[in-house]
Amino acid sequence: MARKISMKQAVNEALDQAMAADPTVICMGEDIVGGAGGNGEMDAWGGVLGVTKGLYAKHPKQMMDTPLSESAYIGAAIGAAACGMRPVAELMFIDFMGVCFDQIFNQAAKFKYMFGGKAETPVVIRCMVGAGFRAAAQHSQMLTPLFAHIPGLKVVCPSNAYDTKGLLIQSIRDNDPVIFCEHKNLYAHECEVPEASYTIPFGEANIVREGKHCTIVTYGLMVHRSLDAAAVLAKEGVEVEIVDLRTLSPLDMDTVLESVTKTGRLVCVDEASPRCNIATDISAQVCMHAFGALKAQIEMVTPPHTPVPFSPVLEDMYIPSAAQIATAVRKTIKGSK
Amino acid sequence: MQVQNPFPLSRDELLTVYRQMRTIREFEERLHIDFGRGDIPGFVHLYAGEEATAAGIMHHLNDGDRIASTHRGHGHCIAKGVDVVGMMKEIYGKKGGSCNGKGGSMHIADLSRGMMGANGILGAGGPLICGAALAAKYRNKGEVGICFFGDGASNQGTILESMNLAGVWNLPVIFVVENNGYAESTSRDYGTAVDSYVDRAAGFGLPGVTVDGTDFFAVHEAAGAVIKRAREGGGPSLLECKMVRYFGHFEGDAQTYRAPGELDDIRANHNCLKILGDQLTAAGIISQSELTKIDEEVMVLIEHSVKEAKAAPFPTLADLTTDVYINY
Ligand SMILES: Cc1ncc(C[n+]2csc(CCOP(=O)(O)OP(=O)(O)O)c2C)c(N)n1
Ligand SMILES: [Mg+2]
Repeated sequence: MARKISMKQAVNEALDQAMAADPTVICMGEDIVGGAGGNGEMDAWGGVLGVTKGLYAKHPKQMMDTPLSESAYIGAAIGAAACGMRPVAELMFIDFMGVCFDQIFNQAAKFKYMFGGKAETPVVIRCMVGAGFRAAAQHSQMLTPLFAHIPGLKVVCPSNAYDTKGLLIQSIRDNDPVIFCEHKNLYAHECEVPEASYTIPFGEANIVREGKHCTIVTYGLMVHRSLDAAAVLAKEGVEVEIVDLRTLSPLDMDTVLESVTKTGRLVCVDEASPRCNIATDISAQVCMHAFGALKAQIEMVTPPHTPVPFSPVLEDMYIPSAAQIATAVRKTIKGSK
Repeated sequence: MQVQNPFPLSRDELLTVYRQMRTIREFEERLHIDFGRGDIPGFVHLYAGEEATAAGIMHHLNDGDRIASTHRGHGHCIAKGVDVVGMMKEIYGKKGGSCNGKGGSMHIADLSRGMMGANGILGAGGPLICGAALAAKYRNKGEVGICFFGDGASNQGTILESMNLAGVWNLPVIFVVENNGYAESTSRDYGTAVDSYVDRAAGFGLPGVTVDGTDFFAVHEAAGAVIKRAREGGGPSLLECKMVRYFGHFEGDAQTYRAPGELDDIRANHNCLKILGDQLTAAGIISQSELTKIDEEVMVLIEHSVKEAKAAPFPTLADLTTDVYINY
C-alpha cells in the first residue's frame, strides 16, 4: 500500500467515497464548490484551501454551496440529519462557531437524550482549527475543549492523513453529531493511506511512539511537536511514550492510564488555552485513577492564556514548541520521587 | 476668470478626497506586490476598486462618529483617518503598528478615530454598531454609527437582527452594503434570495437607497442624506453601494470564477479614481498636473510607510501576555 497522500487529500477521498456509497451523504458549506451563480468556472475553489476541490464534478447533487449564514445552514444540516440525511457541513474555521453555536449545543447535541432516545442526529461539522497560519485571533483558535465539554457531541481531531480518512468516514457513519477538527497546518502532511474505504473506531487512542520514561498525551499538530521533542530526548537517553488521543470525545482513558502506569510520568500537551482544556481534563483523570503510579508531578504544556496574536514572532512564541515539551519532560524526570 | 465649482465640496476638500482615494489605491497596490514577494504574512483582503464608497461616506463623519468595518477594512481605516504608517506596521506584524502587531490586516482598529475595528467575523459589526449608536444616543451630540458589510455578509443573522434592533430603538445607524458582486468565489445572486437591498430594508421598516459605489459624488450625496437624517433623530437607514473588487477575494486567489474579460472591463470602465479625476478635470476646477502631483506625493508616503514598517522592531515575549487578563 505504498501510496502516500496528504491530509487534505485524505479528507477529499473520505468525502468522495462516503458520498459514492450513500446518497444521503450531502456536503454543504461556503465556497466548498465555488463559482456558483457566476459566469466563470464552477468548482472554482473547492473550499477556502481547496480541500473539497473536484468533488462537485463527481457528486453534483451532493455538493452544495451555502449563503454566508452559518446559523441557518449548520442548523439546516442538523435538521436534515434528524430527518434521514447524513449531512457533512463545513464551517470554514472553528472560530466561526460563535455564529451558529446554539444549533450545535442546544439542538444537535441534545435531541437524542431530550427526546427520550427517539432521535438520531448523524451530522458531521468539519472545521479548521489551530494556529500557525498568521491568521490572527479570529481564525486560529483551538476550541476543541468547548465541544468536548458538551454531552451529546463527539469531537475528533486527527494528526495525520491515515487517521483523517478513517475517522472522517466513521464520523459520517456515526449516528451522533460529530465536530471534526482539521488542523490547517497539517493539511500538507503526508503518510500512507489505503485507497479503499475504511473506518477507525472512536475512543481508541493511538500510541505513536513507545517509551518507558514518560508519557505525553496530546492530539492534532501537537503530536508532531511531541515527536520532535521525543527525538531530542532520546539522544539524552529519555524514552518518551506518545499517546495521540485522536478523538477527544469519546476519550480513551484506558490507553492513557495504562501508559502512565507504565512510565509513572505524564506531560499533557494541548494547543488549546490552558484553563479547562483537554490537558487539564486528562491530568484530573490521571490524578483520580492513577495517582499512585505517578513518580513526579504532572506537567502541562499549553499556549499562554491569551488570544492568538497576529505577529509571526508572537504567534511562534504562542504555539507550544518541541523545546517547551522537552523541558516539561525533563522536569518530570528530575522531579521524580 | 474664476471657474464655477459645480460640486458640493470645496476645491481643497476635493483635493483631500482625491488624495485619500489615491492613498487607499496605492496602499493596496503596494500590498499586492509585497504579498506576492512573500513579505506579508497572513490573510490580506484588498479594498482597491471600492475607494469611492469609503471616501464618499467618511467625508461626512467626525472622530465621534463610529464605524464598524469588515475583513476588507484598509480603505475604511484610511478614509476614517487612521495613520497609514501605523497600518503598514500592523500589517507587517510590527511594534508600533495600529494594534502593536497583535491584530494584523483583519483587525486594524483606532478607537480614537471612531474606527471600531476591521473584523474577521462576517456580520459581527451589526450588533456592535447598534451599541455604538446607543451610546451616541445617550451622549446626544448627534453622532452616528456606520456598519459596513459585504453582499455576502448581508445574509448573516446578526445583520438582519441588527436592522430590526436599530429600527426598534430608533438608532442613528447606517447599514452600508458594499456590494461587489461576490462573496469569496460565489456570486451575490447565488447567495442572496432577494434582488434589491432596498426591498430588504423595507422589510425592517428602514428606508433604503442604492447608489453607484464607484461614483464618489453619488455616494457622497446619498450618504449625506441618510447621515443627516440619523443625526437629527430620524433613525436608521440602509445604503447599498454597487462596486467592483480589483483583486481576488484575498491575496493568492486565482479568480477563475470570473467571466473572461471581467477584470479588464472592471479596470477599464469602473475605475473610481479615474472617474473622480475625470469629473474634476472636466469641470475645470482642478488640473491634471495637480492630480499627478498628489499621485506622486502618495507614492512617497506609501514608500515611506513600507520602509518604516520594515525597519520597525518585532514585538517581544513580554508583549505576548499584555492587554489580557491573566490571573495565574
Ligand atoms: C462568520 C464568518 N463566516 C465566514 C467567513 C469567511 N469569509 C471571509 S470573507 C468572506 C466573503 C465575504 O463576502 P462579502 O460579505 O460579500 O464581502 P467581500 O469579501 O466581497 O468584501 C467569507 C465567506 C468569516 N470570516 N466569518
Ligand atoms: Mg462581496
